Amino acid sequence: MAEGSKDQGGVGTMDPEEDSPNMIVYRKIEDIITRIQDEKAGGVAIRTVKSFLSKIPSVVSGADIVQWLIKNLSIEDPAEAIHLGSLIAAHGYIFPISDHVLTLKDDGTLYRFQSPYFWPSNCWEPENTDYAIYLCKRTMQNKARLELADYEAENLARLQRAFARKWEFIFMQAEAQVKLDRKKDKAERKILDSQERAFWDVHRPVPGCVNTTEMDIRKCRREKNPHRVKKSVYGVADDSQNQLSPVHISSQPARKPTKEDVQKEITFLNIQLDRHCMKVSKVADSLMSYTDQFVEYDPLVSSVEPSNPWISDDTTFWDLEASREPSQQRVRKWGFSLEEALKDPAGRDQFLKFLESEFSSENLRFWLAVQDLKRRPFREVPSRAQEIWQEFLAEGAPSAINLDSHSYERTSQNLKDPGRYSYEDAQEHIFKLMKSDSYARFLRSNIYQDLLLARKKQPADTEQGRRTSLEKFTRSVGKSLTGKRLTGLMQSS
Amino acid sequence: MCDQTFMAATFGPCDSCGKASPLMNIYIKSEAINYCSFCVEMMACQQLQKGETLQSLKKESDSLKKKLEEERGKLNDVELHQVAEKVEVLSSLSIKTRRVLKGHGNKVLCVDWCKDKRRLVSSSQDGKAIVWDAFTLNKEHGVTLPCTWVMACAYAPSGCAVACGGLDNKCSVVPLSLDKNENLAAKKKSVAMHTNYVSGCTFTNSDMQLLTSSGDGTCALWDVESGQLLQSFHGHTADVLSLDLAPSETGNTFVSGGCDMKANVWDMRSGQNIQSFESHESDINCVRYYPSGDAFASASDDATCRFYDLRADREVAVYQKDSVIFGASSVDFSLSGRLLFAGYNDYTINVWDVLKGTRVSILFGHENRVSRVRVSPDGTALCSASWDNTLRIWA
Repeated sequence: MAEGSKDQGGVGTMDPEEDSPNMIVYRKIEDIITRIQDEKAGGVAIRTVKSFLSKIPSVVSGADIVQWLIKNLSIEDPAEAIHLGSLIAAHGYIFPISDHVLTLKDDGTLYRFQSPYFWPSNCWEPENTDYAIYLCKRTMQNKARLELADYEAENLARLQRAFARKWEFIFMQAEAQVKLDRKKDKAERKILDSQERAFWDVHRPVPGCVNTTEMDIRKCRREKNPHRVKKSVYGVADDSQNQLSPVHISSQPARKPTKEDVQKEITFLNIQLDRHCMKVSKVADSLMSYTDQFVEYDPLVSSVEPSNPWISDDTTFWDLEASREPSQQRVRKWGFSLEEALKDPAGRDQFLKFLESEFSSENLRFWLAVQDLKRRPFREVPSRAQEIWQEFLAEGAPSAINLDSHSYERTSQNLKDPGRYSYEDAQEHIFKLMKSDSYARFLRSNIYQDLLLARKKQPADTEQGRRTSLEKFTRSVGKSLTGKRLTGLMQSS
Repeated sequence: MCDQTFMAATFGPCDSCGKASPLMNIYIKSEAINYCSFCVEMMACQQLQKGETLQSLKKESDSLKKKLEEERGKLNDVELHQVAEKVEVLSSLSIKTRRVLKGHGNKVLCVDWCKDKRRLVSSSQDGKAIVWDAFTLNKEHGVTLPCTWVMACAYAPSGCAVACGGLDNKCSVVPLSLDKNENLAAKKKSVAMHTNYVSGCTFTNSDMQLLTSSGDGTCALWDVESGQLLQSFHGHTADVLSLDLAPSETGNTFVSGGCDMKANVWDMRSGQNIQSFESHESDINCVRYYPSGDAFASASDDATCRFYDLRADREVAVYQKDSVIFGASSVDFSLSGRLLFAGYNDYTINVWDVLKGTRVSILFGHENRVSRVRVSPDGTALCSASWDNTLRIWA
């Protein structure tokens, strides 16, 4: 087995890719591994265990590892420690001496630490030829502990077929490796053999086990140093050794910032400096009161009536939400803010109904129309924008809204080149108006209070009233949504 | 909503060129002017003609950064978790797996809920997107795409279509047909075209617009019907991995996070970067708004999740533990914003108390990386997608 130099590429220089995503985790694990092996600094006791007629060198029990993790990483739950330990094993840093499956058990099962030569942080991508050499060499040595597992025998058979022409070469390499191994000390060989096996358990895992060498393709491209990839375990002078890994494509070096870039940055920073910001104490209070207000509506924190459908398999909760009779709890939410009221289709309906009763629904209808405008396909926007102008803002408009002259001027200017945002100013102005005026009155109105206090109403009246306002809304905004979609929206509320 | 402190971009005629467009209200030597974004850039470049060198500009930029840090530091009068000490401790949660959705042939990379609170769409490395009724475990639609690694998928607000994209550098919209025998892929329509992989997509409040993020470093807003690019967003200096739309009804902003370790907040109308946050130590894999829209959370390869408030313009909480060493891939808030669910590359989901900063629970169950977590629209359940080829519903 070739225990060659660690750096096949560079001359031991600082690796510029230290912060690639996998490397961050590897370095953290390596830190843990280093600490755990440091007996003087509270690490585990690595010792030789006597077993029947032989000795097992350099092992530690799973329970010891679990205890160490609990103590040194402030873990409360042993399950968490076992899970973390299993991941460290799955990545190939520790391994059970008598199993191909890399997990950690909280008992007397014996584990060994992997040699730094085989650490994943060395960017290993071993080839199938090496794997073939490895399996082949195992069959040559007459040792019970080196017998191939079923899946390994299958792999070997497959590789023999795939490399049929090269097999003589592979066989020779395997023989050479066996010769090299024989020269080593017996105890040392036990350790090295197990480490080598653990290495292959990571790169050619047992079927059904997670292959921890799989990478997120979005991160792959950025490995800047493809030459750092190690492909050959056995120093085989393969011409594939110098091939770039298919997964590591050199990305362009980051563009140096130009004068324009820095100037843009300066402009941006000036804008940030001029921004008025709030103190953390104030935003903390705001975040806390928002969460507090909504916590009773949060099904994952508080229980919901009658039950959470996913837990009880009973959809009553959803049916109630979809019904035309909003619950008191839901009606109370409309009182939190105008935003909340408008977010709920039932709230929107009731607010519209109230405004109709006051003959002042044009504000809300304008707001809804502008919302709809922003949802139109690009080519429909200019004509819709004009329609809104005609309905709400033009001289003699049927649903004239009250805009201050500044906003009015701006809006009419915008309409010279109508776009989705032509009415932004106006919409914001109208929203503020509704918020400070009609919304407050709505909350005091009978329409709202009746629902909030669940007072009995005359069924005939309200049914009529609702339909009328809905009809009016549909008519005035126009055929903005297809019938199907409108129903869809209604059903999903 | 109207109390947002981001730059109030008004709309109207530009002071410089007179064209009607979204305006930035900026101050030049304490004089307030309203320029459109194009004129702002022109002006910025003109400053350069006054013989400034790259070095002197960098010096100016650095001193401004320092000043900004100082100014913001003055507002940092207390930590969020300190103020939250008076909040009641959460009673222990009993969140368990309630459904396991099996059917994908490879890693599940993305999931999005339908507004009807029970359907969802998921996409996978095997090139397929599946629409499920998660409540009954019924697979309702399947779309095969011509590429592998479909990293982004989204359900349309109407429930009548889904969008998906990934390694093909595109994001396509597929209308969902009621006819089970119809080949959905035939009706697929390419909407977004990027020059690198599509990492995230979402519909805005309608079926008509699609917002995408890409490995090419940009985000873009598209008109679905015509495929036209409505607005592009430049500013990230590396792959953009995630985006999220602000929850407000009239919201015109969204946040994005990427491999440049920055989270940027954008104005959809002008394409301008309004705010930027840089405190992570590695790639930001996911960004998600807090339900009120005043704050957002991020998940990063540095094994932390962070919480940023837009009004304070700074990070206000970090969620981390010594025993959590693997990268966080995805986050989402519970309905009230009290809980933050975070999926990690160590196959677990950690549940954090947003206000107190402590971990409330760990959810075990997946057998490989968790790639995405999403809370359902009514907050009744959490869906997680994983590299173990399954999705799980937790409640």
